[in-house]
This record gives sequence, structure tokens and C-alpha cells, in this order.
Amino acid sequence: MKPLRAYLVLEDGSIYEGEARGAFREMACEVVFNTSMTGYLEILTDPSYAGQGVVMTYPMIGNYGVSREDFESIRLQPCAFFLHELCDTPSNFRSTASLESVLKEFDIPCIAGLDTRAIVKKLRESGTMRGMMTGDISNMKRCMDIIRDFRQIDLVESVSIREPEVVGKGNTGPRIALMDFGVKRNIARSLASRGCEVTIYPCFATAEQIIAAKPDGLMLSNGPGDPKDCTGIIREIAKLYDYGMPTFAICLGHQLMALSQGGDTEHMKYGHRGANHPVKFLEEDRSYISSQNHGYMVKAEGLPKNAEVNCINVNDGTVEGVVYHGKPVFTVQFHPEASPGPHDTSFLFDKFIRMIEKEELQ
Amino acid sequence: MIDKSIKKVLVIGSGPIIIGQAAEFDYAGTQACRSLHEEGVEVVLVNSNPATIMTDKDIADKVYIEPLTVPTVRRVLEVERPDSILPTLGGQTGLNLAMELEEKGVLKELGVRLIGINADAIKKAEDRQAFKDTMLAIGEPCVASKVVETVEDAVEFSASIGYPVIVRPAYTLGGTGGGIADNEEELREIAHNGIRLSRVGQVLIERCIAGWKEIEYEVMRDSKGNCITVCNMENLDPVGVHTGDSIVVAPSQSLSDKDYQMLRSSALNIISALGIQGGCNVQFALNPDSFEYAVIEVNPRVSRSSALASKATGYPIARVAAKIALGLGLDEIPNAVTGKTFASFEPALDYCVVKFPKWPFDKFVTAKRTLGTQMKATGEVMAISRSFEAALLKAVHSLEEHRESLMVPALLEKGEEELKALLHNIDNERLYVVAAAIYNGISLETIHAITKIDYWFLYKIRSITDMEKKLRSGVCDQETLLRAKQMGFLDSVIAKDIGITPAAVKNMRRMWGIQPSFSIVDTCAAEFRAQTPYYYSDYGVENEVDPSCDRKKVLVLGSGPIRIGQGIEFDYCSVHCVWALKQAGCETVIVNNNPETVSTDFDVADKLYFEPLTPEYVTNIVELEKPDGAIVQFGGQTAIKLTETLNNLGVHILGTDADHVDAAEDRERFDEILEQCAIPRPKGQTVFTEEEALAAAHMLGYPVLVRPSYVLGGQGMQIAASDADICEFMAIINRTVQDHPVLVDKYLMGQEVEVDAICDGHDILIPGIMEHIDRAGIHSGDSISVYPAISLSQKVQDTIVDYTRRLASALQVVGMMNIQFIVYNETVYIIEVNPRSSRTVPYISKVTGIPAIALATRAMLGERLADMGYGTGLYRHSGYYAIKMPVFSFEKILGADTSLGPEMKSTGEVLGISKSYDEALLKAFDGAGVHLPKDGKIIVTVRDKDKAEICEIFKNMKDMQFRLYATPGTRKALLEAGVQAEPVNKISGESPNIHDMLAAEDVSLIINTPTHGRLENRDGFKLRRLAVEAGCSCLTSLDAAKAIMESTRIVESDTVNLTDIATL
Repeated sequence: MKPLRAYLVLEDGSIYEGEARGAFREMACEVVFNTSMTGYLEILTDPSYAGQGVVMTYPMIGNYGVSREDFESIRLQPCAFFLHELCDTPSNFRSTASLESVLKEFDIPCIAGLDTRAIVKKLRESGTMRGMMTGDISNMKRCMDIIRDFRQIDLVESVSIREPEVVGKGNTGPRIALMDFGVKRNIARSLASRGCEVTIYPCFATAEQIIAAKPDGLMLSNGPGDPKDCTGIIREIAKLYDYGMPTFAICLGHQLMALSQGGDTEHMKYGHRGANHPVKFLEEDRSYISSQNHGYMVKAEGLPKNAEVNCINVNDGTVEGVVYHGKPVFTVQFHPEASPGPHDTSFLFDKFIRMIEKEELQ
Repeated sequence: MIDKSIKKVLVIGSGPIIIGQAAEFDYAGTQACRSLHEEGVEVVLVNSNPATIMTDKDIADKVYIEPLTVPTVRRVLEVERPDSILPTLGGQTGLNLAMELEEKGVLKELGVRLIGINADAIKKAEDRQAFKDTMLAIGEPCVASKVVETVEDAVEFSASIGYPVIVRPAYTLGGTGGGIADNEEELREIAHNGIRLSRVGQVLIERCIAGWKEIEYEVMRDSKGNCITVCNMENLDPVGVHTGDSIVVAPSQSLSDKDYQMLRSSALNIISALGIQGGCNVQFALNPDSFEYAVIEVNPRVSRSSALASKATGYPIARVAAKIALGLGLDEIPNAVTGKTFASFEPALDYCVVKFPKWPFDKFVTAKRTLGTQMKATGEVMAISRSFEAALLKAVHSLEEHRESLMVPALLEKGEEELKALLHNIDNERLYVVAAAIYNGISLETIHAITKIDYWFLYKIRSITDMEKKLRSGVCDQETLLRAKQMGFLDSVIAKDIGITPAAVKNMRRMWGIQPSFSIVDTCAAEFRAQTPYYYSDYGVENEVDPSCDRKKVLVLGSGPIRIGQGIEFDYCSVHCVWALKQAGCETVIVNNNPETVSTDFDVADKLYFEPLTPEYVTNIVELEKPDGAIVQFGGQTAIKLTETLNNLGVHILGTDADHVDAAEDRERFDEILEQCAIPRPKGQTVFTEEEALAAAHMLGYPVLVRPSYVLGGQGMQIAASDADICEFMAIINRTVQDHPVLVDKYLMGQEVEVDAICDGHDILIPGIMEHIDRAGIHSGDSISVYPAISLSQKVQDTIVDYTRRLASALQVVGMMNIQFIVYNETVYIIEVNPRSSRTVPYISKVTGIPAIALATRAMLGERLADMGYGTGLYRHSGYYAIKMPVFSFEKILGADTSLGPEMKSTGEVLGISKSYDEALLKAFDGAGVHLPKDGKIIVTVRDKDKAEICEIFKNMKDMQFRLYATPGTRKALLEAGVQAEPVNKISGESPNIHDMLAAEDVSLIINTPTHGRLENRDGFKLRRLAVEAGCSCLTSLDAAKAIMESTRIVESDTVNLTDIATL
């Protein structure tokens, strides 16, 4: 059967044509792009993409099929997927299905056959936009109304687990409380593989609840949306900070920590999403390639006096990491857990464990 | 931070173009020299290859076109006293030379250090055992292997790991002398050869992992330890075929992120362990059924793959590597493409790239076409598209091998069993066999089981054959047509498939708005605004090219892949043309598809189109860009062939017009012109059939020269001495359908002379007359060429200048012209005229100091030679002797006959330059790797008619200390002439014969002249192959033999006289 024509309409009125794939239906979303050449499964299952439609810049997606052990969460997370070519004939020794079959299974609509490069150029110049996928552009006013009415609410709550869960049970290393704002599995795995016993807490867990469990360290996860929407979580983080809990935070966790200490965040023009972002560790004068996925960032101005920006993005100088002097706390904007992307900064998990061990000695 | 102690750097080039080491090092070297210069460092360059941009005087402060040998480089170091040597830009040659300088204590003695890599790292990467130990120490898996120095050890180890095994010699280029052995007998032969070819007498015997995926990573590391990967590449051909002979796609396609990152981390680990400061290539074998992998090889330098990676991503590896060598960090070097970001990032591609090798089997008809661990390709093409199908088809189109699609009728006609049998052959036709097998319904499982080619590629090839079927069934709606164009189908193929004309297809496209558009290669998948105008075509996407231009816009067509007869020289010409046009204020647009070259560096022309040089693609560019003019003179036959297309589009061809080009190629018209000009030429006739050829030969009298018209590099040209020869040659020529007649000319055994002239339509300027040491009959590209003409009388020289002037006028040449003359009994005859650039232009430009291409380009723009400041007529002699020596790659091509004749066989050239003729000659031989020690052993065996002449040569070498050996007939002649020679039996004769002698002893030189015919079973053929295999120089021309004897007249002394080209 011939695929239906499908359209991506952006809030500025631009229209891109392709064909309806996956569980196609009408859907509004925030449209962002990712420049990773591999890792579509990890991207599709990264909860940070909740509420977003992801445009892949690499033109052939689905080449190596689907292997479920690569999932970073239990389901596919973006609300729409935009591609140039969707590969129906994958090849990889671990592949058990085609990409389209899991898009359908998890009810993710997709448009393939798009000029994704043109979309990226538009987003690059105009900034991230809202948009919608639709099969009907006969009434553009209708489309624009739908796009205008699109709101993202309670994103973190929608992706966080409801009950605590333990990963690496019985591990004898440090016990870590991992707050799930939309956590990627590989964060827990990275800690567990280093001997930690990791308890994942829902985003609504209180500081008291966590302190009562007496963990050795606290890990704040990545997650979707505007950090400033998470007012309750920010309050709890402030309490944990004051308590002196050794803390390592990634992405949204990093932003929330900054906000909890009086810092500020802002929306970026089109964010950083890809596996090729250079991050400079200022003290060591070393640069590493990192995996990134964020549309908001911590502003250097407004951070408290004891907070030092110790990592910056080589390309645009934005804040990539903060260390809070006087407290055993450091946070990064990028993703040391990789998945997808380079493993170059996985040493940060070791650093975290060393920091916990040092705290315990004191 | 820049290391301030580095003030003057010696850059070592890679020497002549040979298989495994081609134009990529000119690209890398040129980029690196400019990059060093930008940082205020003084650059001294040494390279023996004159056909390169990097040996131009503007590229480095001091340029030495000298042999790449320890004594010569030592001399350069003594004279120039640089503080550092950058050895990672000259390929294996550069690294080996640096190692030798280190080992011999030269570096220490002269207080020079290596930058970019140290001797320890070179050893770790290049020495098999040291490499294995290093990998073991950092936990990176290698294939089970052992380094051995004797055949017996090789046999013993192989028995312990089981056959098949791979044999890899240490310290050789392009895997020379390696191979896969299936049993002990094969192992003994390959191991024996490998041990001999290795500089250190070692080979590696390893577990055969043929069939695994072959994946490469290009990695960069700076002095701070920062590492990035520029890109990875996946070979369509699984492990077993040399990556230089593989179809390669970038980025990898069948690797998941887990696979990708696992190998990426490993590559970073390796470059860090080796401590490289610059670029490095890591090759992996990946088990297709697990995460198991093995490191196959590491090249701690820029390479063919790094050139490909640079062009595939836009990331200038050599430029960055040079800056890193000076101490700069990756995060301090700006990304030249975006201008905003830095070199410490990894390119994101939003397209895919396919590289396809260009093999020389059309030149070596007797050669084995099997592909293995020994690289055989002379060059390569690259193609870019968003779909793999289109990138693959564009690559096929770029090869100019008369293949418009994957459908080869002769293969499609074959039955299932026959195709299955063919699938077992790993050769240059495999892709087409796979396509035919799929088209004919052989299951992908069967094909995969035989070829081990990953299913992902097979599925894609199937999608191409499915489209062929769909079109052939007559379906051609709008969607199908768009899809076919997006898959890279040419209009002509679609037309043939559905049975209409290409023009009708184009009309349908126009009606449905299916038009080509062009996208930018920007390193970052459009994330940042790019500043580089580097484009590829695609369908169904937004066009990113702005064709508007307020200056005169000129299109320059490049020369495509490096092949025998059309090499790096034409890239040199294209680049200089672009530079001259820019100088004149024109906007320049270049089209080319060769990733190895300088011309496809994105900062050469104002716009670079990385596209096939064929009518449809060039038409697309012309229709968009609407250039004011086009230049086809500098891109070899590739560009000339597009003249008609450009004419039909109404594009003004700058310089000599097409009609006059045709007049020079068309036998009858050219004869008329010669008659008008009163210039004699050897008698000849044009023929189509064997019968006509025989009749012509009988009329002219043997020997005759037989060749197709309208070809470059003497393709298919032969000297026939008998009816049998005529029949054999005509059969070979007519294997491909000839659009034009075959020429049969009387062969005159005279002195061959060549001139390149710059013409403005009124005057001419001849930089210099070059004469060939080899007499007529040996292709000019294979002849030793001497500037200035040493044996010609003033009268003959005047005649040559006069004839050149007459021809320039008669053909109304504007731009470059190359003429080949023959001087026979003081009479000057003309052999051929090519109203375009030739392969001698770079060399003659350098040794005379005349920027020939720049002047020719200015002439094409309307300037007069008289106003350019170099005068007219024959330019004064520069005071130097310059000798161009051909270099061959026979050891790479098993089964190729090494005897020289009218068909070109050399892959590259070196220059010997000096104020003394003998020293220039010695340097040229030295640079070409032909060394004749004073007390060396020489074997002589020549055909009867050469016997008198060979005796003459040796009679004149009175004080020689060589030990001369000769076969019975030759020896008899020598003894009669009073020349002492010891006996040795012919190769087919009783033991001890030449075979035994070559195997057992150190023979310096063989002089053997070929008997006629191509038949392989002749003694001479066997002897010449044996010499190649034994690594012994073999001269097949008496003139070359005479020359090398003359060169030994030089008194050996420790001072080499150097010539700085930059001051000529």
C-alpha cells in the first residue's frame, strides 16, 4: 500500500512534506533536532525527549534495527519522529525487529522522506519551534491554532517512576539515591557496574524520605522540560544540599541544583542535541567529546559565590559543569553515561564514588 | 599553546605516485605546509615528485625536489639546519625515512627532533611485535599472530593456529608482498616473498578473519591528550580485501551505537597509548555475530583514509595535524568550515559517502584481477548523497568505465550456477556480479554465504535492482521517477529501462518538478552556518547554492580518479588554473570527484562540486551556475570528453575551441593541417577492422605503430612487427567498441622529443624542449625525459620551435599545447599534437620557473604573451639539467608484463635536478629507487638485434667494477666485442640459471629487452616478473641501460649538490 502524504507544519507556517510512517496521527509537539549518526534507539527511549518531536539529521535511520537491551527506559518517549529515510531492511546481529515495528508498538507517529536538513536550518536560524505533524493541511488556520494551543505540562511527573526501585541490589559499594526526573537507565547501570547499590526514587520523593534511607550519595538525573517548572523538586534539592549529601547531577539535575542555589537558567535558541559536543574541563585544560541533550542551560551569572563553572562548551562557551565549593557537590550539563554517544567522560562516575569515599573518611 | 622553540620545520613528502601511495599525500602535504606557514614557521620541503602542488615554490620557503634517501635528506638537514622534522605527512616513505635518520644517529648528530610522532611511537605502530605488545598492554585485542623471520617458523606457527593464515610483511607500503595462504605450499611462497620485501626481514602470520566487517576510524590527538574521531568508515568488502581496494562507506551503516562507541573508545585508547600528536588511522575487524573485535592495523600518520575522511566530512585532518605538531590544542584550532566552532569536535554527517577504487586492469591485461591484501588500485573516486544507493551509483559513474548502472548485460545473461561460481571471485567485478545475481533471483542468503557482504549492503543493492525491474516493467509515475533520481539513476538509464529518450525523461522531470538541487558539506549536519561552498547534488531537497555572482564566472573541470596515463599532473594543472583565474578576478567553480587531490580541497576554488564528471551531472551544475565560460584543457581526457556537452549547453569554452581540438584528433583533418603547414609525419592509415589493419601494415612495411585515436596515455598502443602482432593488438583494442578509427603508422626508430607550449592565438612560449632518453616506441610517459635537449642540433631545435609555431597558428591554439616529435636522420616528424595540458607541464614549469598554467589561463582570458613578461618563442635555458624518471608499481600487480612499449605503464615520476647532467641522471635513478653500486652484479640478456648496441655500451665502460653476467647468446656477443662476462643460463635453461641466481644472490640490475608480442609464456616475461618479485631493478630499454651506466660516472663523494626550486 502506498504510504499517505504527511506534513510537518511549524509555528512560523513553514511546511515540510513526507510520508506517514509508524503510528501516524495528528500530533503537536516542540520540534528539536539531534545530530547523532548512531543511537536512534537510545534517543527514542530517552525520557528527556518527552513532549518533543525529534528530527534526526542523519538521513538513514533504522539501519541496524532494534535491540531492546539498548532501550534507555521502558518505552519510546518523543511524541513524534521526523526522518529522511526509514530503513525497512535492517542488519545487525542483535536486531530483532525493524524500527517501524517498534514505532507502531509504542504508538509513535513518524514522518519519513522529509528534507531534514532544511528543517534543521530553519530551527537553527529561527530557534526551536512548536509544530505539528498532520495529514491535512487544507486548513492552515486550524493547524496554526493547534500549534498555538500546544502546552507541555508536568513532563517530569509523566516520565518518572511511581515507586522506588533498586538496581545493583546486594552491591557492596556506596549506596546511591538516584532521583528519577526521567532517568536514562545507563546512569543507574554506570553506578551499579562500579559496585554501587542504586535506589531510584520518584521525582516527588522528599528530602526527608531520602535522608532517612541514609544513602552514601545522591544522584540527580536528566529529564525533560523547563527546569523552572519543577519548583517542588528544587525545594527538596535545596534541603539535600544543605544536609551536605555528596551529590552528582546530570542535565536537568544540574539545572535544578543551580536553581536551588539561587542560580538561573534560560532557554537556548536551539539547544545541544548530539554526540559530538566538545566540553572543556578548565582546571585540567582538557577537552572531551560528550553526548548532549538539552534545550535549557544554566547561566554563569547568578550562581552563588561558592559555585565555580569548571566545564564549558568549546563551541559556544556555555556552562557545562559546576562545582560547589564547601559542599561535596558537582553537576554537569552533558551526559557522562553516554548511550548514545562517546564514553569519554564516564570517569565522572568514578570521581563521584571517590568523592563519596573521601566524605566518609572525614 | 604553540611550542615557541619550533622555528624551522622540514616536511618530508611521499615521493613518486605508486600504488598505495598516491595524490593523497600531495593534498595532505600542501595543506600541512600552508598550515605551518600560517603559524609563522619556516618550512623546508623535500620530495622527489615534481608533479605535485606541494613542491611549488609558493607552498614552502625552501623546496628540494631531491631523492628521498638518507644521504640526500641528511644533506638537506646540514644545509638548512631545521630544528624539527614533521614525518607524518609523507606516507610510509616519510615515516621510514624518519626512522632511518633516527636509527643512523643523524637526528641526534644534527640536533633535529621529530614532531607529531617520535621514533618510539613509529616503532610501536609499525613493528609487528612491538605493536602487538603495546595492544596487549592496553588490553586491546589483536588477531592471533606471530612475527617470524624465517619460512620454517611461519610454517610451524601456521600449523598451530590452522589455515588459512594471512601473511603481512613489516614496513612496506600498501601491504606489498602480503597475502592469504590456504595451505603450506602457498604459505611458503608468500612468506618467502614477504620476508624479502620487508625492510626488516619480518612478516606477521595471523589468524584469518576473512569475512568479518572491516571498520576504520580516523582519530586525532593533541599534545594535551585531547582526542577526537573525525569519522568512521565501513568497508562493503569484508576483511580480506585491502581497504584501498574496497568499496568504503562513511559513516558506518550496520553498526549500532554500542558497536560504534566500543570501537571508537578502542581507537582513542590506541592513539593515546602510542602518544601520537596528530592524526592516526585505526583499522578493526568486527565479528558480524558478536561484539568481538580485533585491531588489524594502525597508521600513525595521515593516510589515504585520512584524505578520504577529510573530504567525506570537511574536517581538514592534515591542516589540524600540522598545527597539533606545533603544540596547539584541538580546542585552540578553529574549524575552518564553520569559522565558529573548534577542531575539538566530531563531524556530524547528514549524508553518506561512498569511495570506489579505480583499478589499472585496463592497462595490465595479463594481470590477475583478484583482490586481496595487496592493494592494486591506482586511485579512487568518492561520491556523496543522502542515500547509499545514489552515493554508490554516483561513484560508479565517476569511474568513467562506461558503466551507467549496476546492470552489466554480459553478467545478466549468465545462468544461476555460473553467477554463483563468479560470486566466489573476489575481483574488480564483484559488485556487478552481486547485482546480477540479485537481479536474476539468487537469494540474498546464498549471496551472503558466499561473499560475506553484510546484508545491509545486499538489501541496498537489491533496492537498486528492484528499481531497474520496476522501470523496465514500464512504471514511471512521478513518485517512481523521483525515487529513481534519489537513488542515483541517470536519465539515460531510466530512458533505456522504460524505452524512451533521455530528453523525454528530462521533460517528465521538468514537468513534475523533479530537479537536482545542491547541498552543503558542512561538518556539522547544518547545526551551524557553514562558510564553505562545498556541494553535492541530490533530489527532492532544498537547494543551498546561490548562483548569483558579480564577477566573471568560470567552470573548471577536473580530471577524476588517478589512473595510469592521467595522474596527479592534471590535478596540478586544474589547481593552478583555478588560482590563476582567481588572481584575474574571476569566480571559480570546480567539479571533481577524486578525494585524494588538492583540487577537491574546499578552499581551492570559490565553489567545489563533488560530482561525477559525466554529462548529466555537469549539465545540472551548468544549468544552475550558468558560468560565463568553461575550461576543459587541464582535466585530461575526462574534461575534454565533456566539451560536447558544454557546447550543447551553449557554454563558451575558454581557450582553443572544440572544433580545433577535434582537428588535432581527427586523422584526416590533421593530415590536411600538416600538409598546409608543410610538416612531415610518419606515414599512416586509419582502419577499423583487422583486415584493414593488415593491409595497412603491409603497405607501410613493418614495424608499425597501432593505436586507437582519441585516447590519452597511449591506451592500447603497440608496436607490431608481424601479422600475428596486428591480429593480437586489434583483438585487444576492439574488445571495447571503438567510436573512432584505429591508427596504423609507420614506426620510425628515432629520437623522441616533446614540447609544451603556451599559446595566445598570436605568439607562443615554449618553456623548454624535452628529449626522451628512450627512443620512440616507448610511451612518452614511461620515457626518461631530459631538459634541456642535449643531443639535438641547433637546426633541429629551430625546426621544432618553427613547427610548434605553425601548428599553434593552424590549430588556433589558445592555452596549452603538447607536441610529440620524432627526429630521424636530422628530419623532424610530428607524431601527435594535443591542444591541451600534458603530464610534463608541472615538471617543465618547475625547472624553468615559467608558471605555464597561469600564463595559459591568462591567455585564455584574452591577455597577450608579449605582455606577461616571459617573452615569446623558446625560453632561455635555466642552467640546470632536469631529468624526469618514470616510476612503476609492478610489484603490486601480479602478472603484469613490465616491459615498456607504446602503452604507458608507469604510475608516477621523480625528478633529478642538477647543474651537471650526470648528477641529475644519478639523482633521478636514485629517486626512482634504481641503485647501482659500483661493484654490483648485472645480468644482461637481450634480443639479437640489440646485441651490437649492448656491446657498445659496455665497451665504453672501461673502468667498471661491475660483475657482468650474460645468457649464452648475449655473452657470446659481449666476449666477441672484448667485454668480459660470466655465464648464466636462461630462465628456462638448466640450473644454475637466472632464477637460481636471483633467488640466491644479490643482483643489482637486469638488462633485458623484450621480444615482440604479449605472449606470457616467453622467457623474457617470466624473467621480468621474477625480477620484480625479487626486488631487482630490471631495465627493458637499452637507452635507459646506457643512461644508468653513464650516471655511474659520477665520482662518489659525500656532498650532494642541492637545488632549491624556490630560488630558480
